[in-house]
Amino acid sequence: QIGSVQSLGGTGALRIGAEFLRRWYNGNNNTATPVYISAPSWENHNSVFVDAGFKDIRTYHYWDAAKRGLDLQGLLDDMEKAPEFSIFILHACAHNPTGTDPTPDQWKQIAAVMKRRFLFPFFDSAYQGFASGSLDKDAWAVRYFVSEGFELFCAQSFSKNFGLYNERVGNLTVVGKDADNVQRVLSQMEKIVRTTWSNPPSQGARIVAATLSSPQLFAEWYDNVKTMADRVLLMRSELRSRLESLGTPGTWNHITEQIGMFSFTGLNPKQVEYMIKEKHIYLMASGRINMCGLTTKNLDYVAKSIHEAVTKIQ
Amino acid sequence: SSWWSHVEMGPPDPILGVTEAFKRDTNSKKMNLGVGAYRDDNGKPYVLNCVRKAEAMIASKKMDKEYLPIGGLADFTRASAELALGENSEAFKSGRYVTVQGISGTGSLRIGANFLQRFFKSSRDVYLPKPSWGNHTPIFRDAGMQLQAYRYYDPKTCSLDFSGAMDDISKIPEKSIILLHACAHNPTGVDPRQEQWKELAALVKKRNLLVYFDMAYQGFASGDINRDAWAVRYFIEQGINVVLSQSYAKNMGLYGERAGAFTVICSDAEEAKRVESQLKILIRPMYSNPPLNGARIASIILNTPELRKEWLVEVKGMADRIISMRTQLVSNLKKEGSSHNWQHITDQIGMFCFTGLKPEQVERLTKEFSIYMTKDGRISVAGVTSGNVGYLAHAIHQVTK
Repeated sequence: QIGSVQSLGGTGALRIGAEFLRRWYNGNNNTATPVYISAPSWENHNSVFVDAGFKDIRTYHYWDAAKRGLDLQGLLDDMEKAPEFSIFILHACAHNPTGTDPTPDQWKQIAAVMKRRFLFPFFDSAYQGFASGSLDKDAWAVRYFVSEGFELFCAQSFSKNFGLYNERVGNLTVVGKDADNVQRVLSQMEKIVRTTWSNPPSQGARIVAATLSSPQLFAEWYDNVKTMADRVLLMRSELRSRLESLGTPGTWNHITEQIGMFSFTGLNPKQVEYMIKEKHIYLMASGRINMCGLTTKNLDYVAKSIHEAVTKIQ
Repeated sequence: SSWWSHVEMGPPDPILGVTEAFKRDTNSKKMNLGVGAYRDDNGKPYVLNCVRKAEAMIASKKMDKEYLPIGGLADFTRASAELALGENSEAFKSGRYVTVQGISGTGSLRIGANFLQRFFKSSRDVYLPKPSWGNHTPIFRDAGMQLQAYRYYDPKTCSLDFSGAMDDISKIPEKSIILLHACAHNPTGVDPRQEQWKELAALVKKRNLLVYFDMAYQGFASGDINRDAWAVRYFIEQGINVVLSQSYAKNMGLYGERAGAFTVICSDAEEAKRVESQLKILIRPMYSNPPLNGARIASIILNTPELRKEWLVEVKGMADRIISMRTQLVSNLKKEGSSHNWQHITDQIGMFCFTGLKPEQVERLTKEFSIYMTKDGRISVAGVTSGNVGYLAHAIHQVTK
């Protein structure tokens, strides 16, 4: 019931999946099939589906800026209103850029609506293991959907959890009703691969394959991933506690409640400009920071700078 | 029921089918002449010594794995452009070009195809030689272009139908796109001579066509990188701003590493910058940025004098072995007593040879002698060794006498 196609990173997996869906999903021409991407999302999601030929790309509610958390009701409403058979891009874990993931209970609600309305789940899984430190926990949503009988795609990246960034190791996993369907899907995906890059680079995939199939290396990798995830979690808790000690206006629990590489700090564009110009701390205009940029050596400086930005600039 | 019930099984790849049938064959004398990869005289894949040295250098430096820029490794793209254009090229020295790293030849061709679809407004038509590499058509089609053809191969003589080509090309509507194989035409092995290239250049210039060169065999065809790039360089010198796809799969044996490049010759460096920005916008939603390993190996080889020298010797070695197999095949056919004219086997160049064998003869070769090739009579000379060239000649004579 499961097959997969090696791809050039997570991006390549998304692109092959998108190209396939445009050709084969609901009839033979899906240029008009709506594709829903979270608001906000990784900007390249939009470009991938546009370049794959989809003409109707929409957003679904996701980030609630006021409460700095998931807008579950908005999300579910959008799913109820979406035309049947629409395609939804879901972040499997460590949502980029908000770091805000649905809880298992919320995922169950999402799955129920998607099943009822025949919406297609296309998971983007770029951080398995890297988010919580647990491979299983970070794959919970994908596995739940599979257990609920969904056919789905999952674009996997090994850039972060293996640190193999420039080797371009990714995988498009296809879950179908049965082997026969999956075989036909893979045969058509091969044709798409053939005209895009013919065949994928060998080196990074060999590294991942060797690691995943050796009990010893797998255990070592599991440990390495947990180390990376733990460092990020530590930076989150350290940053939050400093901001709270400083008495920085506002609430800062979202920093530890969010997960993965990114945090939507809540800083507004003016405050971001202050951070960049006055404090030489570079972050996105959206207020998104890469937690990996924090170290024990710069935590104090960053916390103080955020404190200044929030108190000086409104 | 499934979303995918209506998805048809894709047709099997014809060349893969040849290899699969070959694998199942238990005849000890079997030969796989479908493979499009170089083999040494023992029939084994050949990893170049300069590549191993470059790999060792890379391993010893323990470099990080940070993302490459979207356009790829700068040392690689610059060296690629210089390799194709020549160090004395005015276009290269003036910087009026942009080269981006691509996923070997296919990926580079596809970037170019997508770029033309988006920015070449004059025409959707890409003219391919008849025949061309099987993957050219679906690449351009998937990019949204239309395919047309010009006469190229003359099956009666197993050589170039030059007057047919010139006739067809003279009728191509202005501002269409024409694809040319820079050297070692795939699948026929038939290349124009230099005087013929000169006439082709004058004609495409007169017809105001956009020229797309596919150069997958620089160095691998004649053994001389400058000679194999002669057509590309001549066209540019004639003021034809070509676009070019390069592959390092064969000439550096880097097949699975996917090292390639796509180049646009521009009016000036400023135009090149604008073109580059648009190429990056095309690449980002395809795979974000390219794989490092193959490009780094190629870059080290091209930019390290001793390794570059060693590479030139090795690529000549591969080309020479292929040329020698062609010569031996013809002389063995004569020895067998064949009265046919097999000159095209040595006239043709590169990995492939259009033998002129008909489908029925090909089938007999497979059934009676366990010699595998594609139905069009194309053989990969790389699959021929000094150990089996006699057997091949004997078999060909049996089915053609």
